[in-house]
Amino acid sequence: MSASSLPDLAGHFGRYGGRFVPEALIKALDELDAAYRSAKQDPEFQKTFEGLLLNYAGVPSLLYRATRLSEALGAEILLKREDLNHTGAHKVRNVLGQALLAKRMGKPRVIAETGAGQHGVASATAAALLDLECVVYMGETDTQRQALNVARMRMLGATVIPVTNGSRTLKDALNEALRDWVSTVETTHYLLGTAAGPHPFPELVRDFVGGIGVEARAQCLEQLGRLPDAVAACVGGGSNAIGIFHAFVPDEAVRLYGFEAGGDGVETGRHAASITGGSVGVLHGNRTYLLQDDDGQTIESHSISAGLDYPGVGPEHAWLHDTGRAVYEPVTDAEAMAAFQLLCRTEGIIPAIESSHALAGVAKIAPRLREELGRTPTIVINLSGRGDKDVHTAGAYFGILDQVETVVPGENT
Amino acid sequence: MSIAETFAKAKAENRSVLVGCMPAGFPTVDHSIEQMIAMHEAGCDVIEVELPYSDPVMDGPVIQKASDIALANGVRTRDTLKIIDAVSSAGATVVLMTYWNPIEKYGVDAFARDLAAAGATGLITPDLIPDEAAEWIAAADAHRIDRTFLVAPSSTDERLAMTLAHCRGFVYATALMGVTGARTSVSSQAPELVQRIRAIDPEMPIGVGLGVGNGRQAAEVAAFADGVIVGSALIRCVLDAGDRTTALTDLRALSAELAEGVRKR
Repeated sequence: MSASSLPDLAGHFGRYGGRFVPEALIKALDELDAAYRSAKQDPEFQKTFEGLLLNYAGVPSLLYRATRLSEALGAEILLKREDLNHTGAHKVRNVLGQALLAKRMGKPRVIAETGAGQHGVASATAAALLDLECVVYMGETDTQRQALNVARMRMLGATVIPVTNGSRTLKDALNEALRDWVSTVETTHYLLGTAAGPHPFPELVRDFVGGIGVEARAQCLEQLGRLPDAVAACVGGGSNAIGIFHAFVPDEAVRLYGFEAGGDGVETGRHAASITGGSVGVLHGNRTYLLQDDDGQTIESHSISAGLDYPGVGPEHAWLHDTGRAVYEPVTDAEAMAAFQLLCRTEGIIPAIESSHALAGVAKIAPRLREELGRTPTIVINLSGRGDKDVHTAGAYFGILDQVETVVPGENT
Repeated sequence: MSIAETFAKAKAENRSVLVGCMPAGFPTVDHSIEQMIAMHEAGCDVIEVELPYSDPVMDGPVIQKASDIALANGVRTRDTLKIIDAVSSAGATVVLMTYWNPIEKYGVDAFARDLAAAGATGLITPDLIPDEAAEWIAAADAHRIDRTFLVAPSSTDERLAMTLAHCRGFVYATALMGVTGARTSVSSQAPELVQRIRAIDPEMPIGVGLGVGNGRQAAEVAAFADGVIVGSALIRCVLDAGDRTTALTDLRALSAELAEGVRKR
């Protein structure tokens, strides 16, 4: 089976993917699938989508040759600047595509789950632009950690519902969004935030973000006259990674690297590395790699990066891993934060902590690739998001936030 | 008694079957056995044991909370099988309801084998549709476990027919579009769905779930369904009770009220 023909009609990537959801949702998924297939064939839809990406989101993003970072890492590094997109990440591509699809299906309401709040903000943005009602489910723990993003969503007109079930994080927000959808499916589109979940979401999200790889591939040919030796991205659910990988999958000489969130280290059990530290099972509507105990109960993930802090991964990555077409490795919090600082200092770019995992992974593989190729390797890194949202976390991590002293009136001496 | 026999007996008595649900290990393994036996003695024809799961997307807040408590108290898949053994040994007809991943992790054929050995007659799979169930269908056939898949008001006629063709024992009709939990009124979508099912397969017993909380509602559903499935309202008896005696008293009282309800159609 060739990669471009996957998934099959029922959404399977080999043994992965599929639909493991209550029957009540099947009709909606079938309708979504049909609507998506018809939109894909419709030049008008594609024109509207591409027009919004170009004139609203700032896409195609730059492919930037990072000279000082290249020197530091001993490799020729090209950064795919998705951090410069409107809303600051690759996610705007997916939300615009799905919001247009919701409009096309005549559904006036969208719901979304969010961890750090980035997908929630992107969804609220697309909903405001296209005049849709938007409800975002967010774990209560995350609403407290990411209060600014909660405010942003509300400014954009969305309703944010803190979820108090389970671990009160992203996976529980996803459960709650699914529950909402079971009850409201007639009027509501579930704007899923990553290339995972029941069919057709993994395929549909991949296609909406797939422009990243198509652009990067063309930009490489234009700027270098050849393809890169490797393409690298961070992997949580895996939408930015599949977005940049997909166009390169047929180019067998191009190595694909996905870097998972290793948290405190995979060996400690406190991580979010579903492929390198998990096992095969079923979660949130698809069969894939996930973090689970011996009884198949989901284990909570841990990562300094809220956007990677999820116990599963998209099914196409599971398949790419099993076939060996892509290589997945964990990167610890500490390694990611060192790479975060390196990019700040060498290039004047503050990356998202998510994307910093890709930078850190490349720092590790660059010497290996150099040895293997006998020359300086050329590596494209998907800089999937900007770090503005992470300033507080990073500031605290590096201990560079000034202490704000509480001045009590009348006690000055 | 098998599921088929249970439904046949109720039909002969011109009433509906009462299916009462309780999560395994909630709040502890021993207490859950005690509760299920009490429900059986007070009139539940079938005990639907729920295997507690970390991510129960089909369930409302009551079942979720009970599942969380059971998991926090350390219940394991093997405990669930022990509980089924104890409750079926006490004479109850037992079916298990579980999300798919715990079975996949246990091993599909091994699970069917051990489930049958524990005395369960059937398995309800809320997030496994027949389209993805080839391995389960083979294992259930091999170990003679009845397969109950779900249908919903949104199911097309084509999907209803396909799903019914794969069901054994009974089909679980979700009475309204939504998650589990008692509601003040029973959905009007339910009778219509039951009619559509009967038009396709007049023989398949139909259990209707989601929303029933008292005897009056049980009677309303019994008027058109072969089985009335009650979960959250029974679980709430235990969640809301201050002590064990109250929990068991309330559970018996509600089971009896529901049992009377399914006879009043």
